[in-house]
Amino acid sequence: MAKIITKDLNLWYGGFHALKNISLSFESNRITAIIGPSGCGKSTLLRVFNRMNDFIEGLRQDGEVLIDGVNILNGKTDLVALRKRVGMVFQRPNPFPLSVYENIVFGERIHADSVNQDTLDEVVENSLKSVLLWDELKDKLNKSALMLSLEQKQRLCIARVIAVKPDVLLMDEPCSALDPQATMRIEELMRELKNNYTIIIVTHSMQQAARVSDDAGFMLLGELIEFGNTDQIFTAPHDKRTEDYITGRYG
Amino acid sequence: MRKFKEFIVEKLILICGIASIFFVILIFLFLLKEGLAVFKTVSLFKFLLGKNWYPISEPPQLGILPLILGSLLVTLGAAIISIPIGVGCAVYIAEVAPTQTKEILKAGIELLAAIPSVVLGFIGMVTLVPLVKNVFHLPTGLTALSGSIMLAFMAMPTIVSIAEDALYSVPKSYKEGAFALGATRWQTIHRVMLPAASSGILAAVMLGVGRGIGETMAVMMITGNAAVIPHSILAPVRTLTATIAAEMGEAVVGSEHYFALFAIGIVLFVISFAVNVTADLFLHKRQ
Repeated sequence: MAKIITKDLNLWYGGFHALKNISLSFESNRITAIIGPSGCGKSTLLRVFNRMNDFIEGLRQDGEVLIDGVNILNGKTDLVALRKRVGMVFQRPNPFPLSVYENIVFGERIHADSVNQDTLDEVVENSLKSVLLWDELKDKLNKSALMLSLEQKQRLCIARVIAVKPDVLLMDEPCSALDPQATMRIEELMRELKNNYTIIIVTHSMQQAARVSDDAGFMLLGELIEFGNTDQIFTAPHDKRTEDYITGRYG
Repeated sequence: MRKFKEFIVEKLILICGIASIFFVILIFLFLLKEGLAVFKTVSLFKFLLGKNWYPISEPPQLGILPLILGSLLVTLGAAIISIPIGVGCAVYIAEVAPTQTKEILKAGIELLAAIPSVVLGFIGMVTLVPLVKNVFHLPTGLTALSGSIMLAFMAMPTIVSIAEDALYSVPKSYKEGAFALGATRWQTIHRVMLPAASSGILAAVMLGVGRGIGETMAVMMITGNAAVIPHSILAPVRTLTATIAAEMGEAVVGSEHYFALFAIGIVLFVISFAVNVTADLFLHKRQ
């Protein structure tokens, strides 16, 4: 089932045409990778889905982006509700300078009308368990999140998003600050999480896209060149440009 | 020849660098030499906690407690007024205001910092003092409150500009993270930005308040200068700084009065130094 559908999406930063007629759909409970060289618009596309581009001055977009059939690009969209449903993990782990515990319950505190200590404790335990950090951190919940290793920080950021109970996880190069082993473990985590979430990952690493994703899209200079099953994209691309990119002829 | 030039330039710069420290030490030594002499006639305890300041009676009574309390009261009042407004203004400039408003506000704050304190004191004397007198039905408007309000104007530019810097230096990724979780602008500010910038904001407050303690001219003009222990913020007070400024001219060089004024200088120096060191600690903690 299609969770997110974009129809003729165009986006401009001032005079710069960053996304050109993007039409594609993202399936539920699958990992979709978006690949392409730097500056191709893949991060911009990702940030359309939770409207994080709104902070940029001179932004203009048209077309439609349907999430569960509702267009999120019109002015009436409730951004708080949207971002609750569409969580985002950033390129560099960005835990808040608060304790591990407070990082995870951040979402609960800002969204719930009243907070109950037992609920908070439960949220912390469940979220940390689902990112496999509970055993490591259960005795360090009051330590500052800034003391953690990079991998732990990134897992914590994922836990923080999961705690808000989104349906969609947007991941903007989530492993680019991590070493290969940590990357491998985060990828394992993604495979586990896809049972419950629709995951879209932007990555500059073709190997990562090949390892982790079910579907893949290749972008170049703001255009979606090709979209399909990951196996097909990597073994039998239809477009010459896709083939050139994945075989390393440029990028 | 080139080597010789290098040598000369290097030594010249060295001298410039050492000069400032050298002069600070000289000033401090002079202050100590003149100030400590007063403790030959009055004990440190009696000097700091004595309730009467009658420097020219016979024998002179040199208790500076009323002056210390005067300074603290005026500064505390100024802090209570200027901290919420200053921090609020910094948050508005750094996080909320559109670019154009931001520029206008920043220029306004800089202008406020540029007003000489004697001018502020003069304006306070003809506008604020009668106002305080009428609003509170007092015999005189020359009160600690008037001084606090004027001093708040002087502390505000420091607080705003340093607190604003602290907010700017919070990594952008914190803000993005909070927004991406669905936080509103206000939630992001008070749950993420303010805690993340807290040490810088504390430093801003300390430096602003520090400026208040050392301020002389405006408070001398509008606080009434009564060297008695104040019982309310609506009473006239006299600050440490105003005492030195007002009495140094008539104190006989070498008299106990003269030494006592220098000792007040030492007290002021110690207070300012402590405030600045604390502020510095907070600033370094941030980095």
